[in-house]
Amino acid sequence: MMSETAQGTEENVMTIDDAKAPTGDHGITARDLDIYYGDFLAVRKVNMAIEPRSITALIGPSGCGKSTFLRSLNRMHEVIPRARVDGTVLLDGEDIYGPGVDPVVIRRKIGMVFQRPNPFPTMSIAENVLAGMRLNAKRLSRSAADDIVEKSLRGANLWDEVKNRLDQPGSGLSGGQQQRLCIARAIAVEPEVLLMDEPCSALDPISTMAVESLMLELKSDYTIVIVTHNMQQAARVSDRTAFFNIDGTGQPGYVVEMDATEKIFSNPSQQATSDYVTGRFG
Amino acid sequence: MDTATQPAGLIRPLSRSVLPVLVVVALVAAGAFSFAVAGSINIPIVIVVGGVVNLALTYVVSRRAEGHRRAVDRTATSVITTLMVAALVPLLSVLWTALSRGTARFDLELFTETMRSVVGEGGGAKHAIIGTAIITGLASLMAVPIGTFTGIYLVEYSRGGRLARVTTSMVDVMTGIPSIVAGLFAYALFSLIQGPGARSGFAGSVALALLMTPIVVRSTQEMLRLVPNELREASYALGVPKWRTITKVVIPTAVAGLLTGVSLSIARVIGETAPLLVAAGLAQDTNLNPFSGRMTSLPVMSYYGYAAPGFPPEADYERGWSAALLLIVLVLVIFTVSRILARVLRPKGLR
Ligand SMILES: Nc1ncnc2c1ncn2[C@@H]1O[C@H](COP(=O)(O)OP(=O)(O)OP(=O)(O)O)[C@@H](O)[C@H]1O
Ligand SMILES: [Mg+2]
Repeated sequence: MMSETAQGTEENVMTIDDAKAPTGDHGITARDLDIYYGDFLAVRKVNMAIEPRSITALIGPSGCGKSTFLRSLNRMHEVIPRARVDGTVLLDGEDIYGPGVDPVVIRRKIGMVFQRPNPFPTMSIAENVLAGMRLNAKRLSRSAADDIVEKSLRGANLWDEVKNRLDQPGSGLSGGQQQRLCIARAIAVEPEVLLMDEPCSALDPISTMAVESLMLELKSDYTIVIVTHNMQQAARVSDRTAFFNIDGTGQPGYVVEMDATEKIFSNPSQQATSDYVTGRFG
Repeated sequence: MDTATQPAGLIRPLSRSVLPVLVVVALVAAGAFSFAVAGSINIPIVIVVGGVVNLALTYVVSRRAEGHRRAVDRTATSVITTLMVAALVPLLSVLWTALSRGTARFDLELFTETMRSVVGEGGGAKHAIIGTAIITGLASLMAVPIGTFTGIYLVEYSRGGRLARVTTSMVDVMTGIPSIVAGLFAYALFSLIQGPGARSGFAGSVALALLMTPIVVRSTQEMLRLVPNELREASYALGVPKWRTITKVVIPTAVAGLLTGVSLSIARVIGETAPLLVAAGLAQDTNLNPFSGRMTSLPVMSYYGYAAPGFPPEADYERGWSAALLLIVLVLVIFTVSRILARVLRPKGLR
């Protein structure tokens, strides 16, 4: 059904007039999304439908705007001074950039895991998991808090490793454990969508496997978008893959094509995609 | 031959006891030199000559035993160490002077007596201790909130706009204000408000606040900049509004540094003499009202003890040195308390 292709040239890189914006179920649709840093157009005209309860991988060479695009999906992009977007992003059919939409509310619905693990150094492991509630001064009974901590840490495959030291600092964990702690922190607030920017790039193969199997478990409840430089990883976990490219430095990045992951890796419609996934460039 | 090209086994590193021996030899030589030239042991001469002799000795000995590259390495290390010792000398000398002269009157009376109708011996610094506490306390009450909030604004809210640039350069200019100018400003201001010649503790604390504020702004800015942006982003990504991110993530992460900055700024102004001389003046008795009447502080008392001693002058000298020693002790106490607080409040993960 949704098999958007593109021609990597100037104007409209991709059209999805046939792409039905999925309503409900936490799907995301980007329409004609231009993303700027000040006057610099970093990503142009993205049209993309992200299917609910599935894993979408974003791949492409360095600097082509994958992180930029990902951050624009939960309004984290505008945290950077003078950064702005043009176009629409629909979550369950509603424009998250619409007038009167509070970015804080959007970020509660669309969680994010960063490339580098960033637990709060002032907080214990348990407090880190509860940070989304505690920082928002949400009142929790002790038992409810304990439940959330256990559920989220189990969800992030970390419970057994830390259950005996929940009150120790989160930054005392290994890098892989910290990253899973950050995932637990993100899922503790029960978002609808989880954005992950190279979540395994700082991890060893074992932690990477743990995070990957975690993603596969989570996708029954969450819509997941993951940026990765690891082709095998994209092929292993994702259902659909979008390939981003850039024509040269200073040029905006754009989506070359998006399709089912097997198709992207076996028989993509664009030459550039095929060159990239087979390692001929990038 | 260059040692780098020798097989490793041929390098016999100097034994650990050699370098201290060289230092002692150099110092003895320098002492002899000083005695020959100046007729006595002159500490600056001993330090300078001893340092140079030690450098030369280190190079020669190490060169013979270990070769050129190691000798250069050792010499560079020695240069740095010597300069550090040289920097410590004035500090230790000041401490030693204050200790040796200040202890004579560092007694209970110093804390319980004022200078009211004291001529010659006796008397104490109670009035000046209270004055310093009131003036510095009020100055901190003004400068710490203003400075901290300005710093927070500059780092967290301003997005490099004109207001931020103007504020930053004003802060820079303020850092460079000579303290006497701050004192004259406060004096002139209160002369306009309270009538010509008005001096009060509050005028003094306004002058000190003027000096403190830019220091607090600066240290706040630096400490907040040290908080990694990733932590702010992690908080935003959890749907936490900006003000909560600042109060619950950024400030707790930086709190140890913020406290150190505040205590540094207090230490910086607690010994200010010139502005208080002008704005708060000298009194012989305790004055608990900062808004009217002169109020003495420790540095001013110390200054007058030396500048305008009574009879016999030794009594005033001794009280002056005791006041100075007390100031040093106060600064040390402030630093120690802030260190302890910082340790208690430091982010758990960095312990
Ligand atoms: N904070 C910023 N300010 C200005 N330009 C930026 C900023 N962050 C990224 N850019 C620019 O935007 C473009 C896209 O960067 P982005 O970080 O999205 O690339 P990426 O695809 O995530 O690369 P990588 O794979 O290396 O992470 C680049 O040209 C980059 O220089
Ligand atoms: Mg990136």
